[in-house]
Amino acid sequence: MKKLSTEVLVIGGGAAGLSAAAEAASAGAKVLVVESDLRPGGQLIKQTHKFFGSKDEYAGTRGFKIADILLDEINSFKDSVSILQNTTVSGYYKEDDEFTAMRGEEEYFHIKAKKTIVATGAQERLIPFPNNDIPGVYGAGAVQTLMNVYGVLPGRRVLMVGAGNIGLIVSYQLMQAGVQVAAVVEAAPRVGGYWVHAAKIRRMGVPILLRHSIKRALGEKCITGAVITGLNERFEPVGPEQQINCDLICIAVGLSPTTELLSQAGCKMMYVPQLCGNVAQRDRGMRTSNPDFYTAGDAGGIEEASAAMVEGRIAGLSAAAALGYPTEHGKLDEYWGRLQSLRKGEAGARICQGIDCVLVKDWEGVAHA
Amino acid sequence: MPDKDLEMLFNSGVLTGEREGAMLPPRDLWEGKKGGLVVVECPQRIPCNPCHTSCPTGAIMPFADINDTPRVDWTKCTGCTLCVSACPGLACLVIDLTFSEENALYKLPYEMLPLPVKGQKVQCLDREGAFLAEGTVENVTQPRKDRTHVVHVSAPKGLVAVFRSIRVVK
Repeated sequence: MKKLSTEVLVIGGGAAGLSAAAEAASAGAKVLVVESDLRPGGQLIKQTHKFFGSKDEYAGTRGFKIADILLDEINSFKDSVSILQNTTVSGYYKEDDEFTAMRGEEEYFHIKAKKTIVATGAQERLIPFPNNDIPGVYGAGAVQTLMNVYGVLPGRRVLMVGAGNIGLIVSYQLMQAGVQVAAVVEAAPRVGGYWVHAAKIRRMGVPILLRHSIKRALGEKCITGAVITGLNERFEPVGPEQQINCDLICIAVGLSPTTELLSQAGCKMMYVPQLCGNVAQRDRGMRTSNPDFYTAGDAGGIEEASAAMVEGRIAGLSAAAALGYPTEHGKLDEYWGRLQSLRKGEAGARICQGIDCVLVKDWEGVAHA
Repeated sequence: MPDKDLEMLFNSGVLTGEREGAMLPPRDLWEGKKGGLVVVECPQRIPCNPCHTSCPTGAIMPFADINDTPRVDWTKCTGCTLCVSACPGLACLVIDLTFSEENALYKLPYEMLPLPVKGQKVQCLDREGAFLAEGTVENVTQPRKDRTHVVHVSAPKGLVAVFRSIRVVK
């Protein structure tokens, strides 16, 4: 069976992975990026809104343009970076220190890497309710893929479940595509996403019903509506139910880190609610307890793409340094400074609590403890 | 409205009164300022500063911490609308009170299709999307050539504290 080998393997070609690849290549390392989708860019290519953050994180630039900027940067090192698309890393075998991968559905091969950066992103959470298997119930990621990647309208009138940044942004994008947003329901007593994203759709007439959730979907062969209900402080249904007419129910209730490969590599994992799931412990260089594995982006805890890009830079920098490539003195501190400033806002406090749980000073100290 | 309901309304994304990051310009300066002054409605600490970095006159003041809410020195604002199109949250607009005796010129960010055209009547909406009055499109610009347009609408001066969005009726 064919075997590829590389110095740095980056698994996942999204915001974190592309940043990691660019950084490692700029230090001189040979990099292989493996991306399961048909083209690289991850969630960035679906984001038609302008990003927050500072100029360093491309604030004011639309997400899909940021993917182009990162790919241009990678192309400037084209002798040292290659990207495999439509390719999934399906497992890591510790005994052989090898990955298995498949391109499309026919071609299987092995990959051997000196250092591996796991930038596998996240998976959508779904909530259970009666009839949630009827066609017309989508995750927000699927709605974005249909609309913004393939130009397919997923419905005419939507009920959005969840008012985090994804629920708010996708509601706005649906309106841009001409879809009516009947309402956004949110179980918490405030929107979870940025207030300005909520204000944007509120002034276009969209109700955001706080302390509300979906009770069941209506329809036989496809969605014809939804029943929603108010919730009390213990998130139990209260008050009269309300029927919403819609042909699309979009679920945006959060993400969970994708970490199977890190577990297979024996990395010390920890369940951290603030980071939305089971994630790898890491040092300041994003290195896990397995010295050849690094974590970056949503795989290490759910956060904004701006932070994922900085974490990718850090992982790429440390992997290159560990291979002996000279790296700029002080760059790690600069990147940490950026992360800290991104994490100083309202949403950042939670993230910082989570990071405190998983960050280790140095692995040698931990091993001897 | 009881305080608890006002808080829920604010928590759903509707401004319920002036607060840090969402102040109106001083009225005396505003009334005589040709070109208008910026109104920023960004009351939450989030890591974002393109309003400041896009401002050519320094009217949107430097951020000590990128999470600070924006602070404006209105004496420096020229109403140029560069921040209106740069803000990722569409939280800036410019209002020119010198437009005419009865009407002000509202310069609002707009990212929907179809774009309205000069002379077209549009619906003026409040922060919850409720109809306030009919306005007239005076100009449509694209300050940063990045597909965020700025629609200039003339509408009654009495709406300065409430008119925040438009609906284009086909």
